[in-house]
Amino acid sequence: MSAMKPHESWGRYPKSEPARIVELSWISQVPDLNRLPHPILPYGKGRSYGDCCLNNGGTLLDVSGLDRFIRFDPETGLLRCEAGVTLQTILELIVPANWFLPVTPGTQFVTVGGAIANDVHGKNHHRAGSFGCHLQRLELLRSDRGKVMCSRECNRELFDATIGGLGLTGLILWAEFQLKRICGPLIDCEKIRFETLEEFFELSAASDKEYEYTVAWLDCMSSGSKRCRGIFMRGNHSIILIKNSGRSRAIPALRAFHTPTSLIRRPIIRAFNWMYLHTQWHQRTRSTVHYEKFFYPLDRVADWNRFYGRRGFLQYQFVVPYERRESVTEILGLLAESREVCSLAILKVFGDIESPGLLSFPRPGVTLTLDLPFQGESTLHLCEQFDQVVREYRGAVYPAKDARMSAKSFQRYFPRWTEFSSFIDPSFGSDFWRRVAIPLTVSQ
Amino acid sequence: MTRRVLILGAASGIAQNVSRCFAAEHARLFLVARDSEKLRALADDLKIRGAASVETCEADLTDDSSFPLIISKSAAVWGGLDAALIAHGTLPDQLSMENDPALLRNSIEVNYVSAVSLLMQLGKVFEDQRSGVLAIIGSVAGDRGRRSNYVYGSAKAGLATFVAGLRLRLATANVQVVLIKPGWISTPMTAHLRQNFLFASPEQTGREVYKAMISPRAVVYCPWYWKWIMGFIRFIPEPIFARLNL
Repeated sequence: MSAMKPHESWGRYPKSEPARIVELSWISQVPDLNRLPHPILPYGKGRSYGDCCLNNGGTLLDVSGLDRFIRFDPETGLLRCEAGVTLQTILELIVPANWFLPVTPGTQFVTVGGAIANDVHGKNHHRAGSFGCHLQRLELLRSDRGKVMCSRECNRELFDATIGGLGLTGLILWAEFQLKRICGPLIDCEKIRFETLEEFFELSAASDKEYEYTVAWLDCMSSGSKRCRGIFMRGNHSIILIKNSGRSRAIPALRAFHTPTSLIRRPIIRAFNWMYLHTQWHQRTRSTVHYEKFFYPLDRVADWNRFYGRRGFLQYQFVVPYERRESVTEILGLLAESREVCSLAILKVFGDIESPGLLSFPRPGVTLTLDLPFQGESTLHLCEQFDQVVREYRGAVYPAKDARMSAKSFQRYFPRWTEFSSFIDPSFGSDFWRRVAIPLTVSQ
Repeated sequence: MTRRVLILGAASGIAQNVSRCFAAEHARLFLVARDSEKLRALADDLKIRGAASVETCEADLTDDSSFPLIISKSAAVWGGLDAALIAHGTLPDQLSMENDPALLRNSIEVNYVSAVSLLMQLGKVFEDQRSGVLAIIGSVAGDRGRRSNYVYGSAKAGLATFVAGLRLRLATANVQVVLIKPGWISTPMTAHLRQNFLFASPEQTGREVYKAMISPRAVVYCPWYWKWIMGFIRFIPEPIFARLNL
């Protein structure tokens, strides 16, 4: 019912209050960036989990009104659209024309601008790399240089910095990227149960050659030797031709409604995981499903982040080099020892396609994502323990999901951050950047 | 059948979303707005979203000398019109209008005079072709005068009365006239107001206006709950209403 959503992050932690929110509706009518209270940060649909979409005391440029298509060639699959168009809107347009997104994250409710700024990845990272790998061209609005067209040919460095640039290199006005040919909206999907991490890595290595999409769900709340049981999912675009049907609208579960305390409790998660694992009765099941069911299962419940109550939740996503994959066991061990609840755990092996982005997160290795209801100091402490392991194994933590990593960790994970800093628009800033981009003293 | 639709005030949030609904069913759209760059952005977007063809016309809808040309052009390009939406409007701050006679006059001219003039001229075109749907955006604010926006409300109330009469006149010519009364919508027009749960999105409002235009009813509140809210508000006796800070 309510249309106006608060400008918060998806994890709803930490809280932050911008001094001003400017809603943009027209590319031809953007405000003078030098007249707005500084610092400035673009804001899309608020799907970043942590504080990289927040700007306490500054200006948020809400781009969700920049939602127009500019050019689409159904023959070549080259699409140009404004930065506030969501992936859902794009899919509604392109799937009937037998095109698909080159890369899609686990939700279709993000904007194109957000997908670029966080250089999002998906289940096909081992085949296609990240979203930035498919970007051809974009236009930035900067406070110091006005409108700047960027591509691999012109302003290459600014183009690379903007991919994964967390919205700090200027306001993305529009972007152009290459779509992928498909036969229809269906996915041939296979689910396989596994009991140990070793089994997962074997499955992953065997599947990555023949399957475009691979990912695994872990039952992270089971303890003991069975700690790494889960379901491995792999899929390819189906060649079965049907009309684009069978899509369902999101259940508007919690719009304008807050659960006062978190519903994500240990017994509930245990029960859910048990059910989820046991609905998979056979070792191996095959099905052909609509792409929305395969890629976006959580999108079916609108605003599911509100289940975590007022305190919100943290999502911890890290990547470690493949040779150091034993650190996944170590992290899961730390999680099991702690009293924290983990509501979702997703595991995936990244490929070695490099993104042009300077601050891009995906890199060759294994990535694990953990959803943790925020329970105060103890949750933060556990994440800091995770960070120690990830630092030691030369991994990285995903800025788009982060609300708490230390400056020391960030600078270790992203050594090119100083190079990146020179491309930041002088009027732009974010809560995330103010937290992690501070000079460290020698003792730290 | 591809509908031929005229959208006046095409750059407004509601109109843009109505146009997208028509584009999805491959209609032909004739867009009228003041700003040529906005018109170009709209036309590109609507063509990609499925519109069979999009024509644009740059015009200031406060200037009624341009109306005959707009109407004859839009009616001629595809040999008739199936529907027209009048969506332009302005919502100045009530207090500023109380102190600025020019602003007051302008608001009445945009919200009432220009709309009525357009309706009258379009009515003739539709009457001659003996078919079509004329839709106009009114407001729940027209249902009862309130101290917070009675100028805007009075223009919309006048419009409602005009439309009621025009509807009766055109009914004999098989032309339907639809008055849409949205409640609060989060658009740039209302960006300065504090938003609450009764606010609807322009997308939702656009869809409902579209539905009202393809299966016409006389008066459509959107969202539907405003019918009951306004029914109740109209029913409150004046002495009590005077004490409410509405």
